[in-house]
Amino acid sequence: MTELNELSLAEARDGLRAKTFSAREIAQAHIDALEKARVLNAYLLETPDRALKMAEASDAKIAKGEAGPLEGLPLGIKDLFCTEGVTTTAGSKILENFEPHYESAVSANLWRDGAVMLGKLNLDEFAMGSSNETSAYGGVISPWRRTGSDVKIVPGGSSGGSAAAVAAHLCLGATATDTGGSIRQPAAFTGTVGIKPTYGRVSRWGTVAFASSLDQAGPIARTVRDCAILLGSMAGPDARDTTCVDLPVPDFEAAVSRGVKGLTIGIPKEYRVEGMPAEIQKLWDDGAAWLKDAGATIREISLPHTKLALPAYYIVAPAEASSNLARYDGVRYGLRVPGRDIAAMYENTRAAGFGREVKRRIMIGTYVLSAGYYDAYYVRAQKIRTLIKRDFEEAYAAGVDAILTPATPSSAFGVGEKASADPVEMYLNDVFTVTVNMAGLPGIAVPAGLDGQGLPLGLQLIGRPFDEETLFATAEVIERAAGRTVLPKVWW
Amino acid sequence: MSVDEKTVRRIAHLARIAVADDEVAPLQGELNAILAFVEQLSAVDVTGVEAMTSVTPMAMKKRKDVVTDGGRAVDVVANAPETEDHYFLVPKVVE
Amino acid sequence: MTAPVNPKKLIKGAEHDWEVVIGMEIHAQVTSRSKLFSGASTEFGAEPNDHVSLVDAAMPGMLPVINEECVAQAVRTGLGLKAQINHRSVFDRKNYFYPDLPQGYQISQYKDPIVGEGEVVVDLLDGESITVGIERLHLEQDAGKSLHDQNPTQSFVDLNRSGVALMEIVSRPDLRSSEEARAYVTKLRTILRYLGTCDGDMEKGSLRADVNVSVRLPGQPLGTRCEIKNVNSIRFIGQAIESEARRQIAIIEDGGTIAQETRLYDPSKGETRSMRSKEEAHDYRYFPDPDLLPLEFDQAYVDALAEGLPELPDAKKARLIADFGLSPYDANVLVAERASADYYEAVAAKRDGKAAANWVINELFGRLNKEGLGIEATPVSADQLGQIIDLIGEGVISGKIAKDLFEIVWTEGGDPRAVVEARGMKQVTDTGAIEAAIDDIVAKNPDKVQQAKEKPTLLGWFVGQTMKATGGKANPAAVNALLKSKLGID
Ligand SMILES: [Mg+2]
Ligand SMILES: [Zn+2]
Repeated sequence: MTELNELSLAEARDGLRAKTFSAREIAQAHIDALEKARVLNAYLLETPDRALKMAEASDAKIAKGEAGPLEGLPLGIKDLFCTEGVTTTAGSKILENFEPHYESAVSANLWRDGAVMLGKLNLDEFAMGSSNETSAYGGVISPWRRTGSDVKIVPGGSSGGSAAAVAAHLCLGATATDTGGSIRQPAAFTGTVGIKPTYGRVSRWGTVAFASSLDQAGPIARTVRDCAILLGSMAGPDARDTTCVDLPVPDFEAAVSRGVKGLTIGIPKEYRVEGMPAEIQKLWDDGAAWLKDAGATIREISLPHTKLALPAYYIVAPAEASSNLARYDGVRYGLRVPGRDIAAMYENTRAAGFGREVKRRIMIGTYVLSAGYYDAYYVRAQKIRTLIKRDFEEAYAAGVDAILTPATPSSAFGVGEKASADPVEMYLNDVFTVTVNMAGLPGIAVPAGLDGQGLPLGLQLIGRPFDEETLFATAEVIERAAGRTVLPKVWW
Repeated sequence: MSVDEKTVRRIAHLARIAVADDEVAPLQGELNAILAFVEQLSAVDVTGVEAMTSVTPMAMKKRKDVVTDGGRAVDVVANAPETEDHYFLVPKVVE
Repeated sequence: MTAPVNPKKLIKGAEHDWEVVIGMEIHAQVTSRSKLFSGASTEFGAEPNDHVSLVDAAMPGMLPVINEECVAQAVRTGLGLKAQINHRSVFDRKNYFYPDLPQGYQISQYKDPIVGEGEVVVDLLDGESITVGIERLHLEQDAGKSLHDQNPTQSFVDLNRSGVALMEIVSRPDLRSSEEARAYVTKLRTILRYLGTCDGDMEKGSLRADVNVSVRLPGQPLGTRCEIKNVNSIRFIGQAIESEARRQIAIIEDGGTIAQETRLYDPSKGETRSMRSKEEAHDYRYFPDPDLLPLEFDQAYVDALAEGLPELPDAKKARLIADFGLSPYDANVLVAERASADYYEAVAAKRDGKAAANWVINELFGRLNKEGLGIEATPVSADQLGQIIDLIGEGVISGKIAKDLFEIVWTEGGDPRAVVEARGMKQVTDTGAIEAAIDDIVAKNPDKVQQAKEKPTLLGWFVGQTMKATGGKANPAAVNALLKSKLGID
């Protein structure tokens, strides 16, 4: 029989409603599972007492017939979301003991709908990374392994803790954030589903900022339907975030089974990058074929500025980050390392509190904004963003409903395998995902198969602004055609 | 464009990050690798293209002029490394 | 601007006469209940960090949301400065580290401010008026406050002011003397107070000036300027400019050159000094704040705000001159504060405008000044003062009695007409009674009567005696006429 933590979120929800099991039981099953899985380092903080208390409250509500949409469903929260009274670190030493006196909009929405918090999930420091190796609290190990190998595999990043926890059944779903691919890349690496909604669909209030114009929260879960359910609760207007739109949240779950009949799916030729593994190309072709079989029209399209997205991203994101992270100065919260004067206190605090990758990005961001370079770098990159967005607008105006691409240029790599001195090598992981952030569009990663090493591979679907529904419908078709990627076996 | 050692130190100071002598050269190499990577943008013709200021076309939401917050000095200083009487304390700033 | 050089405004150096060139950046606190980007109160004088929201303290994940009233106030001010209102403006981050700047950046407006070019007409004491160009006005956040005297090794940081909305109003370098500079700030303050967009309270820091000063020989290009930061009284602005101009002249005449720098005025020493802490080269790395969208509105929004604007001092002054026949000087005095002008208009309504101006400016303002009171604290209401003036006009009391009556109403209050009645202050117009008094005086002073025939100025002595005899209540005109006929003078 299936353990309670192995159910999909939708199955668990339905079981709770049918009173097949209690919220307390399902919370306990997860608490037991994550205790056994500490070697994965997916959770930075486990909150079992809180989980059980919340579960009991859920059981009471279920009994009274007052269950919310997520009543009693145990979730993990990426440690970038501020949680009231629960330490929130952003994966950084500089926030080691930070205890917010406020709850992020996203997590508050989940608790409002009845969800249960299992704990805080590991991530790349300040969400800067693609392998989870930049976390100040140690990297996350993927539950996946190459066939016949016990080499430790990265779960991707920055939402590596979220992806690994979901893949390893340490929660039914998790919150995540995506600035350049941080939901979709780890989802693809771990055989899970992750959606980055349209910029403005989800409030950023109370989520530690990395790059404000790119950051967007979304869920990672084991099925497309689970993602749709979770996004329905996470999303919604918020007067506290000026960039969050006042649009009603559609019934995402209802969209899941819509099918793709009559839809036009674009295949952008610029994503056929040099040196792309044959396996990835095949997966992409398979995806197109599945959609065609399901009634969609496949059309090759051109997004000519695609290759500029990643370099432009590595100007815009660090620039915003350099400013967003200026508040970590040892004055009001977080780490303080003394110095002979205030400037030395700042410099010592930030030198000790930030890890290498974060410092590197703050430095690049500071440089590109500095006098004499601002126009050449930042303004130019923002102009290129306009061009990138225009590419998509033209494709959509020409009748394309969604765009199909690979999610990542490869499957997950081993821990330490990309620790070269050239940071750009790691940045290339986001080459397929980053355009979506630059254009503010929704993008979903959905598992589509395994590579020759037995590691999961994912496809990405990119939608029109605020048309996540089409993405859920299309991803569902792929998910069904590809069959669910199942973890080979528990090794921890 | 590429950065020299002096620039690395200047940028680090602007960003208020202490950099040890032996960190300068590696940082310089990493920053230059990134700058070399983004260099391809300089070849793009962007004449007449407007720089993006917001990715979603929408009007900026505004607040009414009402007092809805404050009166929580305890919360405000709760996480501070050093406080006294609800003030934040910092090493003496000389004007 | 190439206004002709006024030789009276030049400063004498050892060798030459120098022209001082002044431009100003005024930081005016926007009148609003809550802060520019948070819902915390702007009220002055709270307990440390009590008027601070999590946004103001720059807690992780906190986001700014703009206060619509602050936007409206900036537009109103722009309209009051006859300035270009920009329908699209952008908020930028000005990045620097300072303990009272929690975000590590100030949200300000750099390339695209909400208000563009405008002008202010400034009246000077000698009746001359100058037009000062406004370069721009932008909205920005105030910083918190660091206290340095509580402890020998630490500074105390209070964020109550952090995030309060400021309007930075930048003038062109159109000012040529400390007097002009003071008059400019005074006028700007008057306009802001009329508009209700800034209370102008310099003691509480609601209005602070950064003063850019340079000197040059007339006709030469602009000299190197120094910026004197945060001068917080109009008097000190004048003193700071004088001392800074003289300092610069002395250096140049000694063969030196001026270093562009930020300076601070020390009122106790009467001189400016270099602010070394600000000397470090700044690189603010301005860029549009990605947490905020561009601020956009249409002309209808501007028109609606324009509709609601009060009459401004220049217009009011012109109207007072036209409607009440006031001198420009009196009109200037009256419009300096909206409340003064309102008071005056209430008194002058359906009365003689000049008489009303005399009473308001000389008696009332004189008395208020003596007590250090503002017009809003006047114990004599416009209605009471109007009645006093009416009583004179009706011949019920003399001008002299009126001053006594004013004093009584000032200290004790009451209805002026009733006071006159109750205290028997009515002037005597009954010629019989006056005649009797005069006859008595004439009879007792035959020698003086004789002298008066040759020396008509002695009439004054007789008037005084008559007034004394009638308890000051005799109608002066009647007294004069009767005396003249009795004494045979004409
Ligand atoms: Mg300034
Ligand atoms: Zn300013």
